[in-house]
Amino acid sequence: MLTYDPIDLYLRYTKFGGVISILIEVRFHGRGGQGVVTAADILAIAAFKEGYYTLSFPMFGAEKRGTPVVSFLRISNEPIVERDEIYTPDYVVVLDPSVVGVVNVVAGLKNGGVVIANYPKSSEELRKEIKAEVMNAKLYTINATKIAMEMLGRPITNTVMVGAFAGATKLVKLDTLVETIKEWFEGDLAAKNAQVVEKAYRYMEEVCK
Amino acid sequence: MKLKIYLGASCPPLQSLEYKTGDWGTMHAFVDKEKCTGCKICEQYCPDLCIEVKEFEDKKHAVVDYNYCKGCGVCASVCPQGAIKMELKELFKV
Amino acid sequence: MKKVVRGFYAVAHSVKLCKPHVICAYPITPQTEIVENLAEMYANGELKNCEYITAESEFGAASILVGASAAGARVFSATCSQGLILMSEVLFNAAGMRLPIVIVNTNRALSAPLSIWNDHQDSMVLRDAGIMQLFVENNQEAHDAVPQAYKIAEDKRVLLPFMVCMDGFKLTHAYEPVDLLEEEVVDAFLPPYQPQIYLTTKKPVAMGCYALPAYYMEFRVAMQQAMERAKSVMEKIYKEWAEVSGRDWGGHIVVEYPDAKIFVVAMGSLVGLLRKVVNDLRKEGIDVGLIKIRTFRPFPVENLRKALSNAEKIVVFDRSVSFGYEGPLSIELKSALYKYSSADFYSYIVGLGGRDMPKDFLAGIIRDVANGKEKPGVAFKGYKEFEEVIP
Repeated sequence: MLTYDPIDLYLRYTKFGGVISILIEVRFHGRGGQGVVTAADILAIAAFKEGYYTLSFPMFGAEKRGTPVVSFLRISNEPIVERDEIYTPDYVVVLDPSVVGVVNVVAGLKNGGVVIANYPKSSEELRKEIKAEVMNAKLYTINATKIAMEMLGRPITNTVMVGAFAGATKLVKLDTLVETIKEWFEGDLAAKNAQVVEKAYRYMEEVCK
Repeated sequence: MKLKIYLGASCPPLQSLEYKTGDWGTMHAFVDKEKCTGCKICEQYCPDLCIEVKEFEDKKHAVVDYNYCKGCGVCASVCPQGAIKMELKELFKV
Repeated sequence: MKKVVRGFYAVAHSVKLCKPHVICAYPITPQTEIVENLAEMYANGELKNCEYITAESEFGAASILVGASAAGARVFSATCSQGLILMSEVLFNAAGMRLPIVIVNTNRALSAPLSIWNDHQDSMVLRDAGIMQLFVENNQEAHDAVPQAYKIAEDKRVLLPFMVCMDGFKLTHAYEPVDLLEEEVVDAFLPPYQPQIYLTTKKPVAMGCYALPAYYMEFRVAMQQAMERAKSVMEKIYKEWAEVSGRDWGGHIVVEYPDAKIFVVAMGSLVGLLRKVVNDLRKEGIDVGLIKIRTFRPFPVENLRKALSNAEKIVVFDRSVSFGYEGPLSIELKSALYKYSSADFYSYIVGLGGRDMPKDFLAGIIRDVANGKEKPGVAFKGYKEFEEVIP
């Protein structure tokens, strides 16, 4: 079992003035071109703004559009020295529903860990597909492709999932995230993505209640 | 079982056939058999050689190999008959 | 100002503050974004009094650097792997001509098989070139290393090329908080480059001349003496940097738990994870310490002899191979400790071509060494059993 409740972490962290040594490990799954790496990077910057130490890095396979890719994010209240890949994540974020059948997205997920997935069907169906009972995983789904297509006009789901991650975990406040998004993107895209993030954040907040 | 590696990082031909890329894209190409004249322009433009004109009993028309089609849309854009349509995969339909 | 940036930017920002006159590079993964960032700064007019030259190859880039440096310019390039060894012909010249060129090497494996991922094989090719090499652990250290590199290389007691080695992908592609330097800090620390000799019509010279057997050797001995002098110059400048920037990265080597019986020795980004592993193992009751080698050339022989004089077991993690012998770092260390230590050597070659080295894997090896399950010697770790077949 996890030694802490990741959802509760932010509250504990602020309450104790950051004295607990905690390392949160997040793994992102998706396909090249969807911004899997960017998702981890945006969260690294946003979490840093919240006072955490962060480290995000990609695992490049073949850097081709469409191929299944993975990126990693570590968040801690202490300087991060670990640079190995993440084998036992606390959270898994899935940006593309089609990788679920191709890659074992929950490989090594900590007992009681959290999966936040872009999945058009219900979380119950995803639960069956990835056999989530075994690891006692919490599952939250959002139809990110739909939101992305409606609001951005392209099936690029990274910002939706960034919002969903923040909404589900509360590791990053919405305002901080929107600020980061506005710095990251330029012009029209910044405003649109900020809306996307807000929508996903609020949606996840409801789901996780 | 021991892993087999080829001497000197060499590689026999056609290994890439094992590497199915059909699940990469969000879209697939669909051929309208009625409109297709079998002119083979798509065949020449497909960067992955995964569309091919085949002879059938009544007529010849292009056939997409969905094991490898990445949904790039080149065939659809070069087809002079407008016989190829790009369609979103079922999974991505909203 | 602390900011979350990529390793690439951390380096590029630092290079900008050093105010180079000529930047010349040829793109290669995982170095590309360093020079992309610099090119962008150049295009935006942030690099004043600077020429950004695109070359047709690494060989061309290095040649341009040699020319520019000989003309008295402060120069910069970044490369790695095949690019670095393509430069090697020129870089041996640069060292012989005593040009203080600074290069960032984003360590990457060598072909074949083609690999873009990280190990230290490329640095080892240039081991004997007369180029100083500093291995960094994280992006902050890489950021801080560049001004120090210029100051050391341009010191008139040294005058040799300097290579900052940072692990490709592991560092270059990682976003992490980096305290970005202010211009004033670097300006105060690093004086403008004053070349001892340079190409000018006012006082013409020819550089890198021809030397007959009667003279060649003296030039090479002079290089060795410069390397020896570099040791003390480096230590002084490392200290000075600690005062100026408030970040003390240590001297040639960094020793954790100096009284330990077992010592783990490594270079580069792997050291970070090893710190964690060593701390965890100490909690298990294993008396293990850590040595991070920062300066690889000149090799800090005296420091290592002192630090390892009471060690009983030495575990070396090498990220490269000298085929037909063993890992270069281990070779160097054994040679340095000859007659100074009776410790058993456990030389392991790990993480070639980006093979990941998880925490448990490293902890397992060290634990086995401590428990006597591993015998002293040389071994590759973390590879699969295989057989070689004909296609």
